[in-house]
Amino acid sequence: MTTKSMLAAVDDDAAPLTHHQLRELYTLMAAVRHLDTSAVAWQRQGIIPGYAPELGQEAAQVGSGYAVDRTRDFVFPTYREMGVARAMGLDMVGYMSTHKATWHGGMYNPLESRFAPIQAVVAGSVLHAVGWAHGQTLAGHAAGEIGVAMTYFGDGASSQGDVHEAMNFAAVMKAPVVFFIQNNGWAISVPTERQVAGGSVAARAAGYGIPSLQVDGNDVVAVFEATRSAFAHCRAGNGPVVIEAMTYRRGPHSTADDPGRYRTLDEERLDAGDDPLERFKQRLLTEGVADEAFFAEAQRLAEAEEEAVREGIAELGPRPGAEMFSMVFQEPTPALQSQATSWREESEHV
Amino acid sequence: MSETITAAPGIETAAAGVRQMSMQQALNRALDEILAENPKTVIFGEDCGRLGGVFRITDGLQAKHGEDRVFDTPLAESGILGMSVGLAMAGFHPIPEVQFDGFAYPAINQIVCQIARMNYRSRGTLPMPITLRVPSFGGIRAPEHHGESLESLFAHVPGLKVVSPSTPHDAYHLLKYAATRPDPVIFMEPKSRYWQKGPVDLTNALPSTTTHDGDPSNGGSLTGARVAREGRHLTLVAWGAMVARCLQVAELAAEDGIDVEVLDLRWLKPIDAEALATSVGKTRRAVVVHEAPLTSGLGAEVAQLITQSCFATLKAPVERVTGFDVPYPSGDLEDEYIPNIDRILFGIQRVLEYRRG
Repeated sequence: MTTKSMLAAVDDDAAPLTHHQLRELYTLMAAVRHLDTSAVAWQRQGIIPGYAPELGQEAAQVGSGYAVDRTRDFVFPTYREMGVARAMGLDMVGYMSTHKATWHGGMYNPLESRFAPIQAVVAGSVLHAVGWAHGQTLAGHAAGEIGVAMTYFGDGASSQGDVHEAMNFAAVMKAPVVFFIQNNGWAISVPTERQVAGGSVAARAAGYGIPSLQVDGNDVVAVFEATRSAFAHCRAGNGPVVIEAMTYRRGPHSTADDPGRYRTLDEERLDAGDDPLERFKQRLLTEGVADEAFFAEAQRLAEAEEEAVREGIAELGPRPGAEMFSMVFQEPTPALQSQATSWREESEHV
Repeated sequence: MSETITAAPGIETAAAGVRQMSMQQALNRALDEILAENPKTVIFGEDCGRLGGVFRITDGLQAKHGEDRVFDTPLAESGILGMSVGLAMAGFHPIPEVQFDGFAYPAINQIVCQIARMNYRSRGTLPMPITLRVPSFGGIRAPEHHGESLESLFAHVPGLKVVSPSTPHDAYHLLKYAATRPDPVIFMEPKSRYWQKGPVDLTNALPSTTTHDGDPSNGGSLTGARVAREGRHLTLVAWGAMVARCLQVAELAAEDGIDVEVLDLRWLKPIDAEALATSVGKTRRAVVVHEAPLTSGLGAEVAQLITQSCFATLKAPVERVTGFDVPYPSGDLEDEYIPNIDRILFGIQRVLEYRRG
């Protein structure tokens, strides 16, 4: 499914993943799967008010996030990139705090994490990636050394005008941007065929003169290799790349959604295809890369991690109300300071 | 456009005191110096580069500072503003231009949902030192969407600051000030004033003495309002192009023995409440003048601030003389829409003739 021929042949020498790396990818996917399904349970238990599951998108997210060089690249997520965050080694309590309703953008440090604040506006940050990437060009980094921006969005967001503007700007400016689309088949209740004209999001790239890759988004190795190729293409100064990872949103849009109103369980089973986690496990077994003991250990690690994140989330109290005021500006206005004072006097009686 | 100047060669360098400049020249000079002083500043937008902008505010800057510092973008405002966010995240200080006020509408999502909120969303780790230049207001017989007054829209958005200069002197100093701030500033340039000349003191942002040509720049700080004309009987509060009109009105009122003070608000967010209190506390009467429509216009905010501080001593309710609640009309009707001298004088009359009970 991958069509790498459109990219400059910049990574022909890229080494195949080692067994260690393959096992690491599986460990990450297992951790993400368990944290993701647990987060849905947390919501049902009242630990968090809401969550947007990425069930079924583990390969697309872990495979792409694993290709990021955290010393120089930067990722622009939406609200459904928990797997990318985990693959990039984010502080997961800080990440999940957005779903605890602690702080919109999450409590992690975006600059240190190389992961922009969680973005709730569909397609909101796609243009930010272009600006950041053009900044790398302006900063004068040499070809081969330049930082790459990777922006995530879905088949639904691809309908937004900002995605068109972003692809056009990036192509005109030859900005080092990877547009990573997870086509998961659904934008809440609207299926891709009623969302995306022209057959695919990747097909649109041709109109901007941007090379594109459509990849099996449920194959973590294929996703990783496609992303690595795209990064190499961008880093060499060849401009942007579009990757469309074909996957499936196995869960609801969010914990408030009811997919039974727009698709049947039979359709889900038929359309979802192979479970990316199970599929990768079978491959590792077949190729002799890992044994059952390894998978049991991966599961044990995932459960321990989930427990630690759950405890961290439970311990997160609300932020001090004063932060409502102090985070608006670097230099607060007198009117805002006066409101903060009134709030303190009337709400905290001090 | 005969007054168009090029960035550097035609203008002598600093420390030469007061000189006559148009607002276009003053803004151009400010941008030239900003680029020279801060290597992280970048200027971009539609036709900002080679052409120097449709109003020539960036004239000559690309030739002098290079295409990496001053560049043209594709014709898409959301793209320009969304790109600004990413550049700011990468450590740059973007100074984007929206070609005309009405063209800010396609970029509202990026301005309101992204630029205004990124500092908050990121808990202060990703400041947005963006100065968005917007040629603003009416008065040039332009096509539709080329003469809008967006100050109350912007001022209502948490996370944005809004400023509008009325003189070349203030244009120069306020732009230089805005471009060094760590927060996003919407810089509304009164396009009908681009070509009027006035004294600019390049070396002193706050001349303490009243200068000639009826263009005093006395008092206040760069963060507050400015008393454009002192008076005892009534305060006209205005900003942008309406300041010059209010000064004309004050001259006419003086012929009838009415001593009008004109307060140039300059900052529309934050509004200098103290300056309002001081001025109206003295005159005890106020009329707010703006080009934007009446309903939910910034005049209501100004009137409330005055009422809050001066209620006990006010001689009359604060009057508003504004544009109407209609789409900005075509050029032929422009003079009927923008507050003119007669309408402002009627507003003054209503306040002076007000009787309680």
